[in-house]
Parts: sequence; C-alpha cells; structure tokens
Amino acid sequence: MIAKRIIPCLDIRGGQVVKGINFVGIKEVGDPVELGAQYARDGADELVFLDITASHEGRKTFSELVERIARHINIPFTVGGGISELADADKLLSAGADKISLNSAAVRRPELIDEMAHSFGSQFVVAAIDARFDENGEWVVTVNGGRIPTEKRLFTWAYEAQERGAGEILFTSMNHDGTKNGFANEALAKLSEELSIPIIASGGAGKMEHFRDVFTIGKADAGLAASIFHYGEIAIQDLKNYLRAEHISVR
Amino acid sequence: MKIVIIKYNAGNIRSVANAIARLGYEAEITDDEAKIRAADRVIFPGVGEAGTTMKYLREHGLDKLICSLTQPILGICLGMQLMCSHSEEGDTDCLGIFDVPVKRFQLPQHNPNNLKIPQMGWNVIENCKAPLFSTEQNGKYVYFVHSYYVPLCDYTAAETEHVVRYSSALHRNNFYATQFHPEKSGDVGECILSNFLNL
Repeated sequence: MIAKRIIPCLDIRGGQVVKGINFVGIKEVGDPVELGAQYARDGADELVFLDITASHEGRKTFSELVERIARHINIPFTVGGGISELADADKLLSAGADKISLNSAAVRRPELIDEMAHSFGSQFVVAAIDARFDENGEWVVTVNGGRIPTEKRLFTWAYEAQERGAGEILFTSMNHDGTKNGFANEALAKLSEELSIPIIASGGAGKMEHFRDVFTIGKADAGLAASIFHYGEIAIQDLKNYLRAEHISVR
Repeated sequence: MKIVIIKYNAGNIRSVANAIARLGYEAEITDDEAKIRAADRVIFPGVGEAGTTMKYLREHGLDKLICSLTQPILGICLGMQLMCSHSEEGDTDCLGIFDVPVKRFQLPQHNPNNLKIPQMGWNVIENCKAPLFSTEQNGKYVYFVHSYYVPLCDYTAAETEHVVRYSSALHRNNFYATQFHPEKSGDVGECILSNFLNL
C-alpha cells in the first residue's frame, strides 16, 4: 500500500536555510542542498523549499539554488514562495522542481491554478492553504503568512482548488502552527474525506504521536514539519520506526 | 556509452538527465532521429497528458521512430503508458509496443484506507523480474505519480497495489518501462537506472 509521507520543510532566504539546524557532521549548516541531501539520506520522502525572500535579487538566487537541488537530490521536491505568474513556475520547472506550491496568488486569482495545471499538469501544482479557525467556528483562509483574512473558507476553497486542477492540498492550520500541540486533525479528516486528491498536513507537529494521529485520526496522506526536524528534536528514521510499530505504512 | 533522452513536450525531463549524471554518465536530450538511432540506450520519459503528447509524437515522426528502435529503451511514467495500445486518458491510440490498454483508477465506494487519485507518493514493487530488476529491489519503495494504470499482463515486470494490483513495470524484447519515476526514487531508483544502463 502507498506509504504515508514525511516531509521536512526548509525556509530559504538569500540562498541559505533560515532556521538554525542541528545536524552533526555538516560544516555549512545553512546550505539547503547539503541539508536536503542529509534529510533524503535520513529517510525523508519529499522536501519542500520555501523562498521567503521578497526581493528580485533573491528570486534569481532561488532559481539557481533549485537547479543545484535538482542535480544533487534524488527524491521529489516542491518549491514555493511568491509564485504568481506562469513565467515564475516555468523557470522553476526548467530548473528541475517537481512541484510548485501556490498560496496567496491563487487566493487572489484562482484561475492561476487552472493555468498552471493546464500548462504543466496537475502533478506539478500544490495548492497551499493557510487557514485560521475563528471565533465564529469557521475556517477562514488567510494570505500573507496568515496575517490577512480573506472571504474564502477552507473546505470550499480546497474543493475549488481541486476542481481547478491542483494535484495536492497543503493545509496549514494557523491555530496549530508553532504550538507543537499536534495537527488540526478534525479539519484534516474532513478535507481528506471530501476531496479525492492527497492532503499534506502542516502546523503543530511536536511529538512522534502527533504524526501517528495525523495519519490515523486526521487521515492525511503526508505530514510536513520544520523546526522539530531542523533542531533535531525528532530524527526522521526514529519517526519512521515509531510509525511502523504503530502499524502505519511508511517507507 | 551514448545515452539519449527523447526530447518532446513533456515536463521535467531535466530530472532524468540529472539522475544519469549522478550515476557518472552523461545523457543528451534530443529529438534528432540520427542521434536517437545511434544511441546505446534510449530513455523515453514523460509527464503530461496522453492525447496531446501522442499528437506531438506523430507530428514529429517520433512515434514510428520509437517503435522501430532496436537498442534497449526505457519508458518512464507517461512514457510507459504511451508504449501501450490505447489509453483511457483522452481516448488515445498509443504506440502499441505492449499490447495492453491503459485504464483510469476508480476509487471504490468503500474506501477505508482513504486511497487517493492521483496515486502520489511511495509504494512497493513486487514480483520484480530480471534483467531490469535485481532481487534487492523486490519489495522496495519507489515514487509514483499517476491517475492511469496498466493492468497485469504477459509483459508485467513488476507489480504494485493501489486500488487494484497493476503493472508497475513492463518488458518485451528491447522495450522496458516503469510506471514509477526511478529518477526520483532515491537509491533504489538509481540502482534500477543503473541496471538498465548495464543491460
């Protein structure tokens, strides 16, 4: 049976990984290619590289970086951050990216998903959705890193993204992100049951049990996390062994 | 060894060339007939839609060329599906190298494991057959991205289960094909590519 995926996410600024990292035996701790390769050796199933640079200069550095990643890393990887035009995506595809994630730009102009899927195929398009559960009991889609609420709601927007041609949904709960108290399992399970495309869960990973729960209760297809992997709090191989013991299918 | 990757309107062909480079070889991406015929190994990759891709191949004469090749050729993903007789994707007549149709996954009403379409991610290959596979690869995980599949048939060289049990690799004479992406399947995938180059 298809394995549940574990996906480390790396934030990149100016060609370097932003967060502090704890791997032993790596000299240039900030180098995304070395870190990505290390994660791949440790058993990561995919990688996500998010460009958090705003400047034009930074963009150029990023696509050069994507080329280096593609040369050296032998597992699939997604790149994202500020992609708003076909030309951006085309550049990243040529550089060797397997998928791109669309976030705020797709919320502002949903046709972007159709255009991307039509030009490059659904397998290339990950719809990233940041949403916050508000006091009215609604999952409100937000943009600009969760700072700005929008008119869109999580479940209808996720379904629309699927119908427009997205190949996967990457859902980050802004209520759970950074808390290390576990994923938004209830919302994830609803997404997974309502949609036919794979769901990547993000936000809230703190313990190995959280991954067990996101796959069993949250019915997610993949679990994404950043800091717990970067700071070495959870080693990917230990996590895989734990999940296997919990009868969850992992590679 | 002269290795060519057939150039056509498919996504991410670069990643196959990168994987070949990691194995210490160089591959040329080309649609030049003479170069393709002269190569020791030919790789026919593919990410895209069956109908538009077949149309492109016919318009560029690549359909007849691929069928007439005599050196080992490896179709990957859509490349494998296009080597079959017909695809449900866009009701497309394909190259017919493998006399077997390509079907779309249908999710069952009762779906306790929450299987998804496309199948996207790592799954195991079983009953792997030489020479494309060695015994070490049997039961190992490789990376898949697809909504259509090739049923089990006389040419099945590896099997995988997702909704149904299907062909994750095919082999007939000098024609080899994998539904998964060996170029994205970590060390296991690199071993399979290496097997192909060392046939």
